[in-house]
Amino acid sequence: MIWDWAFAIEILPRLGQAAIVTVQATVMGFALAATLGLGLTLARIAWPRTALPISVGVELVRSTPLLIQIFVLYFVGPEIGLVLDALTAGTLAIGVHYAAYCSEVYRAGFEAVPRSQWEAAEALNLNRGTALMRIILPQAIPPVIPALGNYLVALFKETPLLSAIAVLELMQTAKIIGSESFRYTEPITLVGLFFLGMSLISAALIRLVEARITQGVRR
Amino acid sequence: MMQDPMVRFQNVTKRHGSHIVVDGLNLDVARNEKVAIIGASGSGKTSLLRMLMALDPVDSGEIFIEGEPLTHMERQGKRLPPDMAHIRRMRGKVGMVFQSFNLFPHLTAMGNCIEAPMRVLGLTRAAAIERATELLEMVGLASRKDYYPSQLSGGQQQRVAIARALAMRPKVMLFDEVTSALDPETVGEVLTVIRRLGEEHDLTMMVVTHQMGFAREFADRVCFLHQGRICEEAPARDFFHNPQNERTRAFLRAVLEAG
Amino acid sequence: MGVTPLAIMLGLTAAALWWLAGHEDYRPFMPGLVEGAAVTMRITVAGAILAVAAALTAGLARLYAPAPLRWLAVTYVELFRGTSALVQLFWLFFVLPQFGVTIDAFTVAVLALGLNVGAYGAEVVRGAVLAVPLHQWEAGLALNLSRRQIVARIILPQAVVAMIPPWGNLFIELLKGTSLVSLITLADLTFRAQQMNQTTMQTGPIFTLVLLGYLFMSLTITIGMRLMERRAIRGLGRRA
Repeated sequence: MIWDWAFAIEILPRLGQAAIVTVQATVMGFALAATLGLGLTLARIAWPRTALPISVGVELVRSTPLLIQIFVLYFVGPEIGLVLDALTAGTLAIGVHYAAYCSEVYRAGFEAVPRSQWEAAEALNLNRGTALMRIILPQAIPPVIPALGNYLVALFKETPLLSAIAVLELMQTAKIIGSESFRYTEPITLVGLFFLGMSLISAALIRLVEARITQGVRR
Repeated sequence: MMQDPMVRFQNVTKRHGSHIVVDGLNLDVARNEKVAIIGASGSGKTSLLRMLMALDPVDSGEIFIEGEPLTHMERQGKRLPPDMAHIRRMRGKVGMVFQSFNLFPHLTAMGNCIEAPMRVLGLTRAAAIERATELLEMVGLASRKDYYPSQLSGGQQQRVAIARALAMRPKVMLFDEVTSALDPETVGEVLTVIRRLGEEHDLTMMVVTHQMGFAREFADRVCFLHQGRICEEAPARDFFHNPQNERTRAFLRAVLEAG
Repeated sequence: MGVTPLAIMLGLTAAALWWLAGHEDYRPFMPGLVEGAAVTMRITVAGAILAVAAALTAGLARLYAPAPLRWLAVTYVELFRGTSALVQLFWLFFVLPQFGVTIDAFTVAVLALGLNVGAYGAEVVRGAVLAVPLHQWEAGLALNLSRRQIVARIILPQAVVAMIPPWGNLFIELLKGTSLVSLITLADLTFRAQQMNQTTMQTGPIFTLVLLGYLFMSLTITIGMRLMERRAIRGLGRRA
């Protein structure tokens, strides 16, 4: 039999447990990515001298595979006294990887705020820090929320990489079920369907948010 | 025997949603005749040209070119909606110059002028270049043949667009507000080209324009469109000297005051 | 970043690789890693060719094909964008054999990664084509060009310029994605690194070389695409 419904239903609870780990890694990873990314962008605006090293760092992270970065954090970490469990190391690597992408998104958002807004703030005698946090930031973030949302979905779809360091997330669980039962069709297809469903829902949500934001801008 | 008109609009109607753009319009244009079409924006002028170029379909009515229907075809005595082959055969009789030039930005002036003659008419490259060179010379741009559109001024781009359309050897040339997007100082060079084209070539020409002076001296006949209908048409001299219709007079007054 | 800083980074990366290759702690790993890098490059190139072909087919089908083909294109794009690359790779590798279809690992890798990137590429193609003004269509029609001629000769050449930067990013994603093939036992750069790491425990040197290797390949692609973009823009007679 090509597709065994009974088997598929039987393994659902185990996959459900694993899905919690996947979601956990996604949420923690993205929280790190979004805050670290914003921090990098604010740093390069507040201290222009940091712009070049940050650019180089971002380029380095974006130019090398996430899988390698996960390995480095997990295997090389202990050599320099950084012993992390697999889930933490993996989530950290994912967060840093996507922070590089997010910082570029934020940067585009800040660059889209007209220069005249800075000048207007200056004319009101606001200092640079206040202008950045109170005037520029609130204008820069909303337009880039959909782009950030897309990276959230992208990050989510990369969590199966954690299976490479044996984190018991969805993909790893599916592989274990497969090797125990010699049936890969159901577990891997179910994992695929889970990702497809979540992605389609997220895409719809992002479109909704996007429409909201464009409306807000027009108003 | 009475010759078929070059172009005939017969009871043509065009709608955009519930808005009637062209309203049961009738118009004949004779071979080699130069017709200027004027009217306020939204009066249906551009729509008229676009239907004749088969860019927009008619909602009802018929258009004929040299007595042949564009808007339908007849097969074994039966009336059928036009298929692609029919539309393309009819389009071959017509050329159009657009308000916004619409040159192909990835091709040089020469490239713009030889693309369609080679691909559609099957000319060899050499023959197409020969034809295009002649036309670019006529519009005064032989020296700019290797320039890309972005390297040419608006007036120069529009003259290339005229050469490009002529390279297909159309029988009817349509000019859709071709000077509206130009800087004032380049309007003259484009109108001069159109004028010479009318004098030196056997071409039926339909010109939608806001340039009343040009319409008066260039056109054999002027049609004034109002709300999708021809409100008044007359030989150019009569039209401007002695407009009959109150709407025409109001329009001319408004345009002349502005200009 | 501009081309010049990227080129400087590429130069520094190459210099670092060259210098480390002569170092005794690193030298023993070089032959294996170079072999692995060759596999990585082969998968990247083959995957890129498949991705471009799939993207053009699906992107244009979604715009111009009759309804059933259009739906097929939409399904392909949504399916491959909606699930993750690793899931696709595993599905082809583990599940297809259960249907009696066995494909060798290299082909699975190229298929999964090429089709995955191709799905994103299809949206790039579609977006770039839609960004060409409608006027250009009408100008083509007025010159009596056929639909096919208008797409091939007027619309696509203009759309290509807008496609190059996003394709640059997609090729980088593809290169990075090839590291996943190590998980289906293909001996690419990542696989070699993992293998050597397990046998020698020389984690630091091995992963330093591997990171530099990927960086070198990424920067080469990025710079190559930037130069291609400049040329394409010059082809429109604009200043780059």
